[in-house]
Amino acid sequence: METLITVLVGLLVTVAVYLLLSRNLIRVILGSAVLSHAAHLLLMTMGSGLKKGSAPLLGENAASYVDALPQALILTAIVISFAVTAFLLVLAYRTYKKTGTDDLYALRGFDDE
Amino acid sequence: MKINDVILKTVTRIVVFIILTFGVELFLSGHNNPGGGFIGGLVLSSAFVLLYLVNDIETVRKGIPFDFKKIAAIGVFLAVGSGVGSVLFGENFLTQAFGHFDLPIFGVTELSTVVLFEAGVALTVVGVVVTIILTISEDV
Amino acid sequence: MMNNIIVMPMIIPLMTGIILIFLRTRVNSQRILSILSSIATIAVSLVILNRIQHEGILRLDFGGWLPPYGILFVADSFSMLLVVTTSIVTGILLIYAFSSIGKQHENMFFYPFIFFLVAGVNGSFLTGDLFNMFVCFEVMLLSSYVLITMGGRRIQLVESIKYVTINVLSSWFFLIGIAYLYGTVGTLNMAHLSVRVAEVGQGPLLTVISLMFLIVFSLKAGLLLYFWLPGSYSAPPTVVAALFGALLTKVGIYAMFRIFTLIFYHETAITHTAIGIMAILTMIGGSIGALAYNDIRKIVSYNVVIAVGFILAGLAMSSEVAFQGAIYYLIHDMIVKALLFLIAGTMIYLTGKAKIEEMSGLIRNYPMLGWLFFITMLSLTGIPPLSGFISKVFLGQGAIETGSYLLLAVAFMSGIFVLYSLLRIFLNCFWGETIISEDDDVPLKKGMLVPCVLLAIMTVAIGIGVEGLVPYVSDAARTLMNPDIYIEAVLQGNR
Repeated sequence: METLITVLVGLLVTVAVYLLLSRNLIRVILGSAVLSHAAHLLLMTMGSGLKKGSAPLLGENAASYVDALPQALILTAIVISFAVTAFLLVLAYRTYKKTGTDDLYALRGFDDE
Repeated sequence: MKINDVILKTVTRIVVFIILTFGVELFLSGHNNPGGGFIGGLVLSSAFVLLYLVNDIETVRKGIPFDFKKIAAIGVFLAVGSGVGSVLFGENFLTQAFGHFDLPIFGVTELSTVVLFEAGVALTVVGVVVTIILTISEDV
Repeated sequence: MMNNIIVMPMIIPLMTGIILIFLRTRVNSQRILSILSSIATIAVSLVILNRIQHEGILRLDFGGWLPPYGILFVADSFSMLLVVTTSIVTGILLIYAFSSIGKQHENMFFYPFIFFLVAGVNGSFLTGDLFNMFVCFEVMLLSSYVLITMGGRRIQLVESIKYVTINVLSSWFFLIGIAYLYGTVGTLNMAHLSVRVAEVGQGPLLTVISLMFLIVFSLKAGLLLYFWLPGSYSAPPTVVAALFGALLTKVGIYAMFRIFTLIFYHETAITHTAIGIMAILTMIGGSIGALAYNDIRKIVSYNVVIAVGFILAGLAMSSEVAFQGAIYYLIHDMIVKALLFLIAGTMIYLTGKAKIEEMSGLIRNYPMLGWLFFITMLSLTGIPPLSGFISKVFLGQGAIETGSYLLLAVAFMSGIFVLYSLLRIFLNCFWGETIISEDDDVPLKKGMLVPCVLLAIMTVAIGIGVEGLVPYVSDAARTLMNPDIYIEAVLQGNR
């Protein structure tokens, strides 16, 4: 199972890199979102391995629990990547309104207004 | 463009309350069961977003006249404040306490300061999500 | 043992930021509260710094969960020195913001985000585990994203896309590094990590992971991977640029010092050599950039790059004296870079031009500003009684001790390039024929001059009164050199 997930992580990273390298701003943002999901999956596999056990909640009353730390890390990381992606989307929108383009090549150059 | 979708509007009137109830349920099921402030907050904000989608922004603003940025700020204040509160009692920062109390209607209930922290998280999530959606949609 | 005070340098700015959101339209109350809060932060930080000298390293376990299980803040001399400097520099920069940033920014939550940024920076300095460091980095970065875009000019938007994307990527590397590290040694508490890594030995796998962290922090600090830095630092308003130039790269540098002195200090032949080579290339690249551009903001930004190389040369040498030099330089650089950015921004504000060939003879119109720039230049070059001198002495001594002559040569050569690049500004802009006639020169606001003077006084004061800093800095360097002190303070035997 760990191997499978690791391969999946690799696949996600490939997709993300492809998207990040494209010229379209929206694709770059999507790429960064996919990239962070790859990292979260990796955290989960690396952390405790995909051991069998109940979710680390007291209400489950289970005999064994999985390691809670990676889960806490992933939740935090998800929140952060959510915030960053949202910010990027707003930023991209503002940039589009201001410059009339979402093509990164057209946004090159340092000419100030 | 003014959307005039009767079915969507009618369904929303009922569904919004279901979503809100579910959000509160998730929030209260809290720290010992699946749920909590973040997820509850997300569900709550999805109800608000649905309202904004169906009615236009101005109408909703008349009904819910809150500044969502301030709601987010109140949320962070609560969350951090619940941590600082423990400092006032001479405990380590972020120490949480809980106890069992005999309340009139609910019987013996477990009350915990974590709920304050979680409430802060939920308010923050609601405030931030709605603010983001409004920022993008406002000047279309 | 109750050490709740050490969380205050993060909590006070955070709470201030939140309260300021509610004071959105009341600009005056915002200003008063900002200043009061800065003073409180400075006072608290100084108290902590002094307590460390008597009681040793302080730690605070959040919620009473003992390490290595809970999260915690750890305050040692190194981190507290940086927290103190951060608080002071921010306080002074706020004064500059009052007169320069404008109503529009002040109503758009400018001050709250400054304080969130400071909370993130102080948190990164104080945290005792790697994941919290990630979180504090993100708090700091998210605020910096907002600050860099605030105002929404075209160049700001375009530059911030680059800035945000590159930081998303480096945060990704950070997460991946954390994942691998947790998978390998099963802990994230930095002291515990150090123990575990020492136990299993830093094999090839751990070294590769350490190089991963090197990439992350190089991106944040601008060590060799500084390609994003000059563009992003020249786009935002002066105060924000000064804040970034003074604080943001320093956080990356701090993290690198922490990681490579506390956790990955076993394979110095690989990691520290890599840092050394990168530092050399950074100084060379920065020098070339500082000479190549005519835009004042670009020249100043490349000076930040050179300083990063210079400080990390100290880490590459890895001796106690070199560490002392690097710490002195860190403190000095935070103050003087803030001053340099302020003066550059003020020049642009006064003339409306950014290119050095378009300005001339400013010293006749604004003598005070000219001499302040002169002091800054001397201080950055390391002329004695100013604050840059002592660090260069220590760094040179460390280089000779460890036999890193190449590093020494490049570091001191870079000093000459710093001098030359700033002299170019000084000669072109301040000397020469006065273009602006007395009638139509823009008056220099007192609110802009006062913070510059304060920072200049600080650089002189640190230079002359360096004796007062010695105990703190030597304690910091000693702790960096002997990871056991840190580990003992955090774990207290329960390994």
